[in-house]
Amino acid sequence: MTTTDTSRPGTVPPTPSQTVGPFYGYALPFRGGEDVAPLGHPDTVTVHGYVTDGEGRPLPDALLEVWGPAPDGTLPAVDGSMRRDPATGAVLGRNGVEFTGFGRVQTDADGHWYVRTLRPGARGGNAPYLSVCVFARGLLHHLFTRIYVPGDDAALAGDPLLSRLEDERRATLIAAEESVGTYRFDIRLQGEGETVFLEFR
Amino acid sequence: MTLTQHDIDQEIAAERAAYAERVAQGAPVEHHPRRDYAPYRSSVLRHPKQPLVAIDVRKDPELVELSSPAFGERDITEIDNDLTRQHTGEPIGERITVSGRLLDRDGRPVRGQLIEIWQANAAGRYAHQREQHDAPLDPNFTGVGRTLTDDEGRYHFTTIQPGPYPWRNHLNAWRPAHIHFSVFGTAFTQRLVTQMYFPNDPLFPYDPILQSVTDDAARQRLVATYDHSLSVPEFSLGYRWDIVLDGPNATWMEEGR
Repeated sequence: MTTTDTSRPGTVPPTPSQTVGPFYGYALPFRGGEDVAPLGHPDTVTVHGYVTDGEGRPLPDALLEVWGPAPDGTLPAVDGSMRRDPATGAVLGRNGVEFTGFGRVQTDADGHWYVRTLRPGARGGNAPYLSVCVFARGLLHHLFTRIYVPGDDAALAGDPLLSRLEDERRATLIAAEESVGTYRFDIRLQGEGETVFLEFR
Repeated sequence: MTLTQHDIDQEIAAERAAYAERVAQGAPVEHHPRRDYAPYRSSVLRHPKQPLVAIDVRKDPELVELSSPAFGERDITEIDNDLTRQHTGEPIGERITVSGRLLDRDGRPVRGQLIEIWQANAAGRYAHQREQHDAPLDPNFTGVGRTLTDDEGRYHFTTIQPGPYPWRNHLNAWRPAHIHFSVFGTAFTQRLVTQMYFPNDPLFPYDPILQSVTDDAARQRLVATYDHSLSVPEFSLGYRWDIVLDGPNATWMEEGR
């Protein structure tokens, strides 16, 4: 395959997915990846939880990416999530002022993760949510899910995705408020309470 | 009981036969691995058993997933795409150049998007503390690179040919040499993490991770092509590898597809 045939739009065959494997840890995570919210922003929320496998065991090597809108519902087009120092090559990370909307976090040895970001705003007829992409050793193709942040019951009731799901499945997508601004969201890859995962067509 | 390569070979063959049967009965081509692929043992407890819930992006232009995070010049440095220049000394191994284009399924270039790579060194060792393979580390090679695609969607890396390495999926399991790629598109739906392989590697048939792509043509798309025009005289051998992102993007809606 020296050249990719691009003569027929819509039909160019895609590059297959492969697992992220166990050794991405010195390449993909970056300093401040989980601290997405500008420092001291009043709309900051913390979302945290565990990623577990089919036997309920936490994954110490999962990688999550979180992508979400600003509190007014707009989607950031700001780069600088992983700003670098041109002199040393070191990762400076975010500047503490701009909101890029993008977070990346590796689960720790206990399988726990957290992201501090801005409370997402609603877009269109959707309830407010953060988009999540899950990668792990053993996962041959990433998984998409959503973290719905509770607070507006009417918006949750009217959400086009949530309203298609049975109650038990629906509940896997809604974070639980633990204290003001702190939410728990576990991701169960398999088995009892399996998280709803999405595909886009 | 320890699994042997023969056990894994038989499972790989069974998965291939099952896929051939599905296609014969009219099922669509499977471009991606099934998440439930038992020859790769780590997948057994890490794949969902419920079907994925489908979302039709044409019905809702406001979906968060139709946009993607932005990356820019602030997020990379000039030598990020040259993995041979990140230390004071020269890394050991065969220098290679890897380049290609980042495209969508319409064949259009995907511009200004982030590509990240990571790989083992020439001896087949990752610079990762949990790596158990006792091949030597190279103090002059970390094996991490980043770049942004240019206006034609092109990317370019200079690096070292990675070595194959053993892993513990089964007895005598070896990964063919590969470079890990992480790629963003214009929509988060297009997100891709994958691995690029090198042509004619004798380990291909034995590797359950590569063989998890059961479609022959799809699997071939993970293998780069040696391209003499990309080889640099007196310096490196050249490989070409185009990356085509799957997943709907916002233009699908504009065109009413």
